[in-house]
Amino acid sequence: MKKKRFGVALSLMLAAGALLGGCGQKDENNAGGNKDTFSVAMVTDVGGVDDKSFNQSAWEGLQKFGEDNGMKKGKGGYDYLQSQSDADYTTNLNKLVRSDFDLIYGIGFLMADAIGEIAEQKPKAQFAIVDSVVEKPNVASITFKEHEGSFLVGVVAGLTTKTNKIGFVGGMEIPLIEKFESGFRAGVKAVNPKATVEVQYAGAFDQADKGKAIASSMYASGIDVIYHAAGATGNGVFSEAKDLKTKDPNRELWVIGVDKDQAPEGVVKVGGKEYNVTLTSMVKRVDVAVYDVAKKTKDGQFPGGKVIEYGLPENGVGIAPTQDNIKPEVLKAVDEWKEKIIKGEVKVPKTRDEYKEFEATLK
Amino acid sequence: MGVFEILQIIIPSAIFFAAPLIFTALGGVFSERSGVVNIGLEGLMVIGAFTGVVFNLTFAEQFGELTPWLALLVAMIVGAVFSLLHAVASISFRADQVVSGVAINFLAIGLSLFLVKKMYGKGQTDQIQIGFDKIDIPVLSDIPIIGPLLFENGYIPSYIAIALAFVVWYVIFKTPFGLRLRSVGEHPMAADTMGINVARMRYIAVMLSGALAGIGGAVYATIISRDFSHATISGHGFMALAAMIFGKWHPLGAMGAALFFGFAQSLSIVGQTIPFLKEVPTVYLLIAPYVLTILALTGFIGRADAPKALGTPYIKGKR
Repeated sequence: MKKKRFGVALSLMLAAGALLGGCGQKDENNAGGNKDTFSVAMVTDVGGVDDKSFNQSAWEGLQKFGEDNGMKKGKGGYDYLQSQSDADYTTNLNKLVRSDFDLIYGIGFLMADAIGEIAEQKPKAQFAIVDSVVEKPNVASITFKEHEGSFLVGVVAGLTTKTNKIGFVGGMEIPLIEKFESGFRAGVKAVNPKATVEVQYAGAFDQADKGKAIASSMYASGIDVIYHAAGATGNGVFSEAKDLKTKDPNRELWVIGVDKDQAPEGVVKVGGKEYNVTLTSMVKRVDVAVYDVAKKTKDGQFPGGKVIEYGLPENGVGIAPTQDNIKPEVLKAVDEWKEKIIKGEVKVPKTRDEYKEFEATLK
Repeated sequence: MGVFEILQIIIPSAIFFAAPLIFTALGGVFSERSGVVNIGLEGLMVIGAFTGVVFNLTFAEQFGELTPWLALLVAMIVGAVFSLLHAVASISFRADQVVSGVAINFLAIGLSLFLVKKMYGKGQTDQIQIGFDKIDIPVLSDIPIIGPLLFENGYIPSYIAIALAFVVWYVIFKTPFGLRLRSVGEHPMAADTMGINVARMRYIAVMLSGALAGIGGAVYATIISRDFSHATISGHGFMALAAMIFGKWHPLGAMGAALFFGFAQSLSIVGQTIPFLKEVPTVYLLIAPYVLTILALTGFIGRADAPKALGTPYIKGKR
């Protein structure tokens, strides 16, 4: 009997919470509606705005945009809502639409479905999705030319390897990761035709143990540089490289990070001396893209229904600012290739078929 | 690559992959042998991984090289304490053990992520700086053939896991404590009439499972992922559970099954580079561990008998 009463009390409390929550939303609904100024907001995925990755980068872009345009954080200016779980995406998007933000970002491909759903329900609101494509007239799709950035780290890998064996660890075998793979292989081949690139897929983005096992087999077979495009699976690559470095600090082995500057992930202390196994990283400048789309929208040129690709010319992809482990002559080569890509002299392949064509042109 | 080189890659990675599973599966053996189903192993591993990483990050400066070991110890204690929730619910309050275990899983991931956000203000922790080192065991690694395969590039916790399986086997099958534990799981009423405190035995067993799963999670996080996020432990607790059932609730069987999982897993990865397996599409290699497991379960293992009183709360005086 006691248990039952407790249960009733609990459900009453939950019901009250839900009701009160509903009230809160209504209040916001009334408070919004100041249409004089341009306002912009974003919804994060579960990472939060200090995840050292996409969300943080996007929020930095928004903050910069806000400061440059004299906006204030909060309603009518720039703001963000953090999602605690996948279920929060639509709720958060709805909340921002009702608060009358002029432009609303969904950060990360996980939000694609939610953006598509809300964009259909609120045809007058303007949305942008990062890292995915949503085909709706009121959604701008922001994507990146990952193959171009991967090409540059491929150049770094090709010129750094001593064994002429290089590894690539992919998360899942999907077109997006194929872009990384093809661009990277092209970069390696362009500067070091003798080098071979071993490609392996873990089949998941969140299984560090698989990443570690792959890295272990790669390093054991003489590979000395591994580029990973595998999210948290890549943690295993870092942990294997660091363990091997700890065992033999003189061994030269490297990891190339992805999406953000992964130099902090590569730090390892051996006998009081600090080493870093991160050679460089291929970064996606989500902040640049977010800033750019916000600016266009403010100027009345909201690119709704379009897919905007950010590549090297737009500074949307590139190699990370931490470059301590790269030799100066390698950096020079990177700059030269970057110029060539920007000028259009080199077309970086983004699929395996295109890579084969690219390889043929080298011979 | 010759066969020897391939084995040299497969076997060490099979062992490091298996180690967390062995710890956790041994925990499961304790709990289930006493008659308490423990679906919550996954959650207990999460708590262990969380504790291990947070302790390591917080105290690395003070304890230096000792940190990962102390982190294991703390993870063990926290795991044991956390498993008390399951024990209280399923033993004292006679709740459905499966439901309580599932609740543990949800609670663990929710609580640990919440704490990570509170403590670090972001969705995942930083990477730990001090982990377990890869070592070559002196003397043993000099044995020809076996030495390089088994005793080079290993991690000490992996060897502890394997040794522990034998210890647990001894405890469960050769000591009075083990006999009592098993009797409580097979026929609690008979055990009760012989003067064994059923509830107390089950509490001890569940807490042992929490302690071992805590170590398992911490070992995983320290050796493999090196940080803690929502994806750190993804299904490993359930794999440990499967290893335990695969091993017929026997400590050595559970260890063997965990090693088998590890072997299949690393074969599927290394297979992508072995000449004659290279032509096989990756997807078949990636599903190979699961297919092998199903085949092994159906074909070679035979009947698996669970402890008789598994899943039923003991109510004194009830027939």
